[in-house]
Amino acid sequence: MRTIDELIADSPVFAELEPAQLEFIAGCARNEPVAAGTMLMREGEPAERFWLIRRGVVALELHVPGREPLVIETLEAGDVVGWSWLFAPYLWALDGRAHGDCHLITFDGVCLRGKCESDHDLGYALMSRFAADVIERLQATRLQLSDVYGNVPATA
Amino acid sequence: MVPASFEVLDKRQDTADVWTLELVADSGEPFAFQPGQFTMLAAGGAGEVPISISGDPDKPERLVHTVKAVGLATEAICAAEPGQLLSVRGPFGRPWPVDEVEGADVVIAAGGIGLPPLRPVILRLLAQRERYRRLLLLYGGRSPDELLFTDELEDWSRRGFEVLVTVDAAGEEWDGHVGVVTRLVRHAKLEPGAVAVMSCGPELMMRFLVAALTAQGVGSDRVYISMERNMQCGIGRCGHCQLGPTLVCRDGPVYPWPRVQPWLAIREL
Repeated sequence: MRTIDELIADSPVFAELEPAQLEFIAGCARNEPVAAGTMLMREGEPAERFWLIRRGVVALELHVPGREPLVIETLEAGDVVGWSWLFAPYLWALDGRAHGDCHLITFDGVCLRGKCESDHDLGYALMSRFAADVIERLQATRLQLSDVYGNVPATA
Repeated sequence: MVPASFEVLDKRQDTADVWTLELVADSGEPFAFQPGQFTMLAAGGAGEVPISISGDPDKPERLVHTVKAVGLATEAICAAEPGQLLSVRGPFGRPWPVDEVEGADVVIAAGGIGLPPLRPVILRLLAQRERYRRLLLLYGGRSPDELLFTDELEDWSRRGFEVLVTVDAAGEEWDGHVGVVTRLVRHAKLEPGAVAVMSCGPELMMRFLVAALTAQGVGSDRVYISMERNMQCGIGRCGHCQLGPTLVCRDGPVYPWPRVQPWLAIREL
């Protein structure tokens, strides 16, 4: 059976961290099966955890009054769910729901923030990787916002 | 080149503004074409437009076009009813490189109305399945009700394509991916050295796609795209579809990415 530090090393966000750093981070993490439909996070509630998806899909949703929730992005194996634990005011900006049965690694964000404070090398390494993840998804969101398929493409 | 007369045999509405028309030549002759080629199509006096062929290249007895109604000419084509005659010139242009990519993992990346120009190559790859390794379709659309060929997607999946579909936004009833098509690249677990990519969709999407592929180690020389410009004569005479040193109607619409990338980077073109 693989240990949590080995499992999290599979994710692009944690890959290339030093083995000692992975082991240190794993101290704030646990393996967790999550049933379909489970709300992982709700907009406005305290953001004290985040998740790494091992298997399954998590939908990020916007709550719109009078309408069904709008799914704005789905995340899959290898993706990290949740950034708000990293930045004040530590409140979720979106809802997050398990789209099917999922296997997740749940991180205690408060624990990890503490470790980053006490070990700035780890904090810098982790922040760099989260920033890269944020940038990749920001670029994708910009493309999404451009309503790219609304344009007339190729010869059709 | 003199237009030929084709009769609308059948017509199907795919989405709110996209229609598929099956045509047969008045002459009764089959319409042989290669995947990726297009025709110049016109209904009545509404003007002639370049439309990619979306039919099966192994069934040339019917010419199939999938058309989005976005202007006078395409609205007239989409409004054509069975029995009506349309004028057709072609086929024109260079096809998808189905022979060059033999033995590769072939990734088809389509965005929106970019799927119809890729349908012939999908059908050809499936018909010659043994010539290729992995077959993967990455298809992105605006919303679930704007996706094309949804019945066929399941059939293609059964016959050997891995089909990943994503939409920009969806309600809870949608159980597929949500996000732009470029986000699917990361989850596709590509083997960079073995991959060849054929893509059609908005230019912006294809630029982001190449960036996502490059981030996964796929060389841009393994990417082929289908371009759109203002094709008019279809035979490289009028120059309306010039892109740098090439004419899209004659030298395209399918190009290796490195051949057109420098010109796409020039904002005035």
